[in-house]
Amino acid sequence: MKLFPKVLGILVVLAAVGGFIAMDIPLYDKIFYIFAAICVGSGAFVVFSRNIAYSAFSLLFAFFGVAGIYVLLGADFVGVSQLLIYVGGILVLFLFGMMLTSNIDKLREERPTMGRLLPGVIVASAICALLISVAWGVPAWRKAAVQVPTKGTNTTSLIGNLLMGDYALLFVASSIAILVALVGAAMIARSDRLSPEDAAERM
Amino acid sequence: MTHIGLPHFLTISAILFALGIFGIVTKRNAVMLLMGIELVLNAANINFVAFSRYNVLGVPLSDSRMMVGQMASIFVIVLAACEAAVALAIVLNIYKRFNTINVDEVDNLRD
Repeated sequence: MKLFPKVLGILVVLAAVGGFIAMDIPLYDKIFYIFAAICVGSGAFVVFSRNIAYSAFSLLFAFFGVAGIYVLLGADFVGVSQLLIYVGGILVLFLFGMMLTSNIDKLREERPTMGRLLPGVIVASAICALLISVAWGVPAWRKAAVQVPTKGTNTTSLIGNLLMGDYALLFVASSIAILVALVGAAMIARSDRLSPEDAAERM
Repeated sequence: MTHIGLPHFLTISAILFALGIFGIVTKRNAVMLLMGIELVLNAANINFVAFSRYNVLGVPLSDSRMMVGQMASIFVIVLAACEAAVALAIVLNIYKRFNTINVDEVDNLRD
């Protein structure tokens, strides 16, 4: 008897997906709505789930959906960078941080109190309403046309040329920032911190 | 003919941004706060790439000016990686010292 609601739910979902696939809208639009649903759904799960492990894993799907949005926007290099850096790097960092800082029976956060929930709802819904109204309110944005680079749709060579040309200074500066962040992170997270006197003695 | 335009992408980004802000305001676990910040950064990145895809000025742009948004998003991704590494190192250090990463309980500058 417990099985019946689940089977019904799965059937409803399958029917909705089938109806969506059969709908008479362009393929681009369908793919957009799929990735948008992945983004928003898993982003909401990240925020509303009280289990940190579930949040971290649904952040994976949120990043994946954003990468799909990038590819839909014709930014193939940015999309693949998103997959490599966010999904492959930052998410693993988050998982390590989660596993190193919480014991397994305290993974569930306590329910947020009204004093924290209310400001969150107010601020988030106000920002969301403002941004969406601006996004749909500017006439020039609603009828903006797609622009494609004249050298074709492959952006990787364009980005490479720009990184070595117009953006060379920023490129070098960001590489220094990465180096400093790497050394600083290793320095901060080190377990045996010597006081200056001990370090002087050991010399 | 596709009906998806710039406002659709901006809407997705606005929703992700609001979700990230909601997470930052309501969560008290430091790692969860960082996840909210990552959502906000991703929302900003979607805006950058969307405005680089659609021509809102009405005049044709050169290739390098067309790519400004994508370049900005690449640098945002790079700096987000740096930020995550340093922030998680700080979180680990806080956990070692205070044995908690609830940001409400970590409220003194020295012990």
